[in-house]
Amino acid sequence: MTSLLLQVENLTIGFPRAEPVRNLSFEVRAGETLAIVGESGSGKSLTALALMQLLPRAAAVISGRIIFDDRDLLGLDAREMRHLRGRDIAMIFQEPMTSLNPVMSIGRQIGEVLKAHEKLSGRAARERAIELLKLVRIPAAEKRVDDYPHQLSGGMRQRVMIAMAVACRPKLLIADEPTTALDVTIQAQVLDLLDTLRRELQMAVVLITHDLGVVAQWADRVVVMYAGRKVEQALPGELFNDPLHPYTRGLLSASPRLKHDFHYLEGPLTEISGSIVSAAGEVGCPFRPRCCQARASCGHQVPPLIAQTPDRLVACPFTSSLKAVPDAAHLSL
Amino acid sequence: MPLILASDLKTHYKTRDGLLRSVDGVDLVVERGETVGLVGESGCGKSTLGKTLLRLVDPTEGRIEFKGEDITTLDQGRLRNVRKSIQMIFQDPFASLNPRHTIGEILEAPLIVHKAGNRPARRRTVAGIIAKVGLPADAINRYPHEFSGGQRQRIGIARALLLNPDLIVCDEPVSALDLSIQAQILNLLVEMKKEFGLSYLFISHDLSVVRYFCDRVLVMYLGRIVESADNETLWSDPRHPYTRALMAAVPDPSRPRQAAPLGGDLPSPSNIPSGCRFHTRCPLATQLCRVADPEFRSIKPGHQVACHVADQTN
Repeated sequence: MTSLLLQVENLTIGFPRAEPVRNLSFEVRAGETLAIVGESGSGKSLTALALMQLLPRAAAVISGRIIFDDRDLLGLDAREMRHLRGRDIAMIFQEPMTSLNPVMSIGRQIGEVLKAHEKLSGRAARERAIELLKLVRIPAAEKRVDDYPHQLSGGMRQRVMIAMAVACRPKLLIADEPTTALDVTIQAQVLDLLDTLRRELQMAVVLITHDLGVVAQWADRVVVMYAGRKVEQALPGELFNDPLHPYTRGLLSASPRLKHDFHYLEGPLTEISGSIVSAAGEVGCPFRPRCCQARASCGHQVPPLIAQTPDRLVACPFTSSLKAVPDAAHLSL
Repeated sequence: MPLILASDLKTHYKTRDGLLRSVDGVDLVVERGETVGLVGESGCGKSTLGKTLLRLVDPTEGRIEFKGEDITTLDQGRLRNVRKSIQMIFQDPFASLNPRHTIGEILEAPLIVHKAGNRPARRRTVAGIIAKVGLPADAINRYPHEFSGGQRQRIGIARALLLNPDLIVCDEPVSALDLSIQAQILNLLVEMKKEFGLSYLFISHDLSVVRYFCDRVLVMYLGRIVESADNETLWSDPRHPYTRALMAAVPDPSRPRQAAPLGGDLPSPSNIPSGCRFHTRCPLATQLCRVADPEFRSIKPGHQVACHVADQTN
């Protein structure tokens, strides 16, 4: 039994006129990869920012607790959080070019992270930066350390971001769509690297993504979010072989897959009608306006998460009737 | 006669870093009614190739024929006529819609440019196409920002369809969309193809989408087509090591994880490797590959590949 590193309990994040994350709970175990999967507007990136306490000014945590290493992050002041951020919890973003300083060499940027948390001379920081560039498999690290971000390819920039993130050996790395801007060939390299580092440095990874394929191959456990709420949680194998929530089922059957011999001449892809926007301001199940299985009772209250096993949760009371349908592909979503 | 044909097409740019060979000798044919996929990594020249076919960018060398007519050097006036028949859909529908115009104005503009009917007739055409692509009728008086990404792409599709084109070049039309919306747009494109007898050149980096959507697939690497085959053949019997690597890199729930199939980055198109341009990343490269540029040859009817060792890749 591995120990709990992070526990998010009933987290609600609010803007003045909306609550994009509602009553969200999940946990991250030491050393594991937890994937949070969802579409734009699902609240997954805001959740990540809340963990780092980097929410935009207009947003605030309205309720809930974020317990990291036995401390509630929401109770820390700015100075304590600054001390923790980048050292114990680190984050990488989708677009490395916008998160790197274009007028500072990558070596100095990595050095900055180190100097923020340790007493280091300029020379020592540079040495460590080179080591870190080697750690993330950047060839000719001694030369590359003086490069500026624009001299690097997208994949290399993401490696630099990863080097900065793991510089202080964090216990938790939050990766928000780390490969979305990259080609599949480069994506495979970067995910490979992240996973190797997770093992070598014994850190946990929260992998935020919209890509179900990435989830299947890289996650230990998966949380599916829709319109600010957790709608399903499962092990990857369970999720793909036996999705329970109508939204997850819809997503899986809507996505064309390489190994499926399905072609447009044989028929249309299954659609999920409408868009996530139509969930705004709804009472009851957030997926109800798009759900083909919706009944009158779905509008009364938000369906609670039902636990089938401790790691298998679903926020839909009608999954048993859904399970009677033999093949997800035939659902008329 | 093919709908569109390109032969030895080259689009080079002069830059400070030297000659950028974005498109570097492409032969391509799209037949009437066909959906041809064009796949490759970013920077391989697939978007530039699409734009060159429409003459949005002028080719440096080579020849483009549309319905048998050489359009390589047509002047802008006569090109306008051809453009009625070749339209384009872009990746980011928001960036390609004027935020200060209503959808009605945006859709009427091409009809005005091509002098299609009087005002009431144009309005009828616009209302008709809005209904066809599944937008609400009141969309006419609304602005682009009032629509979601999927709906904006529907507007882009409506605009492309207005002038009854023969060919639509779709440049990553679903890449910016959420998964649940992608299926809606792909289905719409299929419906429109059937209804209007369209052909598509479908530019995409997403192999799973191409697998579903296309009749034939071209794989592009550093400015060249390196493999071409019908859909079924390409997925069941890919020959070029690059095609194989691309496929292996797609994360797929139905198979276990494997090591990254391809190391390194795409070399710069201003510094294309000697010999076979893929040899710097190819797991099968031989001495021959480092010096000799492989010719694009048929290995069986309808299946071509530019590789010295393609016959041994089974």
